[in-house]
Amino acid sequence: MNRPIKNSRKLSRDVAIVGAGMSKFGAFPGISSRDLFLDAFQEMRLSVDRGFDPREIEALYIGNFSSDIFEGQGHTAAILADWTGLTPRPATRVEDACASSGVALRQGILAVASGLYDIVLVGGIEKMTDMPTSQVTDALATASDTLYEVPAGFTFPGFYAAMATAYMHAYGASVESFMRVGLKNHENGALNEKAQFGATIRQVMDKKIAGALAKGRPAPQWEDELAFLKDERANPVIAWPMRLFDCSPISDGATALLLVSAEIARNFSEAPLYVVGSGQASDAALHDRDTLTALCSAQLAAREAYQMAGVSARDIKIAEVHDCFTIAEIIATEDLGFFPAGQGYRAAEEGLTSRQGSKPVNTSGGLKSKGHPVGASGAGQVVEVWKQMRGEAGARQVAGTLDLALTHNVGGTGQTSVVHIFERR
Amino acid sequence: MATNEFTRAAYQQGLGEHRLMGSRCLRCGSVYLPPRGLCRACHSDEMEWVELNGVGKLLALTTIHIAPTAMLYAGYGRENPYCAGIVRLEDGPAISAQILGVDASHPEAVPLGTPCRVEYVERPAGEGVQTFLAFRLE
Ligand SMILES: [Zn+2]
Repeated sequence: MNRPIKNSRKLSRDVAIVGAGMSKFGAFPGISSRDLFLDAFQEMRLSVDRGFDPREIEALYIGNFSSDIFEGQGHTAAILADWTGLTPRPATRVEDACASSGVALRQGILAVASGLYDIVLVGGIEKMTDMPTSQVTDALATASDTLYEVPAGFTFPGFYAAMATAYMHAYGASVESFMRVGLKNHENGALNEKAQFGATIRQVMDKKIAGALAKGRPAPQWEDELAFLKDERANPVIAWPMRLFDCSPISDGATALLLVSAEIARNFSEAPLYVVGSGQASDAALHDRDTLTALCSAQLAAREAYQMAGVSARDIKIAEVHDCFTIAEIIATEDLGFFPAGQGYRAAEEGLTSRQGSKPVNTSGGLKSKGHPVGASGAGQVVEVWKQMRGEAGARQVAGTLDLALTHNVGGTGQTSVVHIFERR
Repeated sequence: MATNEFTRAAYQQGLGEHRLMGSRCLRCGSVYLPPRGLCRACHSDEMEWVELNGVGKLLALTTIHIAPTAMLYAGYGRENPYCAGIVRLEDGPAISAQILGVDASHPEAVPLGTPCRVEYVERPAGEGVQTFLAFRLE
């Protein structure tokens, strides 16, 4: 139906990441997105090995899904330029739902590659926790088709739950397959001081037991983590078969990256990450696709990025993928070519995506455990690969030479997907 | 006023009359639900209205326990979950809709592929009530 995507796209000059920072992700009453962005900006500055003057920044690209609804504030990029002392630099807000800052990164890359700018700030913000859950659910639903999907009663957990039922039906996965993803991402997030949920599922269970005992109630008894995750009281259904611990949380957070043209990267950084691949694609509403068990936009974005980089899925050492729901991580690992279609759930069950596995995925804890301030999440994925590739990930550091890493950021149910590949030379 | 007549308003009017109205491309025959005024297969804007028979098969299903405000207002929620799903129609298109006739406490008992038929439900919307698309399992 569509003209096939151009076989090979190239940037007209190379671009590198020379700084990366993020605020803590979590629920911070009374703290606005601009306050959180200052944390991200300052951490990014400290990460630039050879230092730089913020006045060198020539333009800003800020991912932000819906501060309009969440904070009653539109036009956020110019405000962030002011609060970081960068006025009158051009400041552009990028909105592609939960892929906003992944796409902001791509816009920043294109701006540098074009030759127009040499030094660009890319960021992301979202402040979601000041609203009741039902209103957050409504706000997020505006990332789907409000005319023809929302009237069916669909919510975002509902969309991914529907994909999960289609996936289970097609390939024989079970709810336990999904739970394995949550367990793994909580294991990783427990080692990330920036994560919203810095606890393993076992630690969550122990806390609940201690809480019950402290109140003089009988301690709940679970045989193991899977028994806890199957307990309706401990882990209620949000949209069957997705339970609470299958869903990323409602979060506040901000992220910041510094991009420069590759020829000046060493003036800023001893260990820059070179952007070797970038791909992006769009898709129709979920019901209007040929398949519910894969995201064609992610497959196309990945293909574009792999071809630009001249590498294949097997060359990628680590990846941060868009696990807004546990099923989404399984589908992502297939769309990216890490595992064949219908095998992603087995790979998750076998631990291949753990930090010690053959293809570590979401070492940060992913959106599931680290948190999902939607407009900040895409650039946040780059913060993790920045740390991992430079050997700065502390207790969650993956062993070996991490010369190639990938980020995969999805908007909505895949109406937008954006994939980037980074190289450490 | 849009020059194209295949609008959300016209579709909604059809639902209100309990008719499932889509559009069909006069050039290539592609059928669309919801209706659209520009064919995405051949980019022709020569479209005609077509009434779909409302018979299809369930492609995906979920029960929603944490509801959006519109469904809370309609009486659904944690204590009274509802089902949403995607149905592939005999006429070609697939569409999102509320799914009726499922025991929400045992959605796993419903095999995907189960035949279903269109039904029209009234739910509160804004100041009044509006007709929404649903399918009932056969
Ligand atoms: Zn046509």
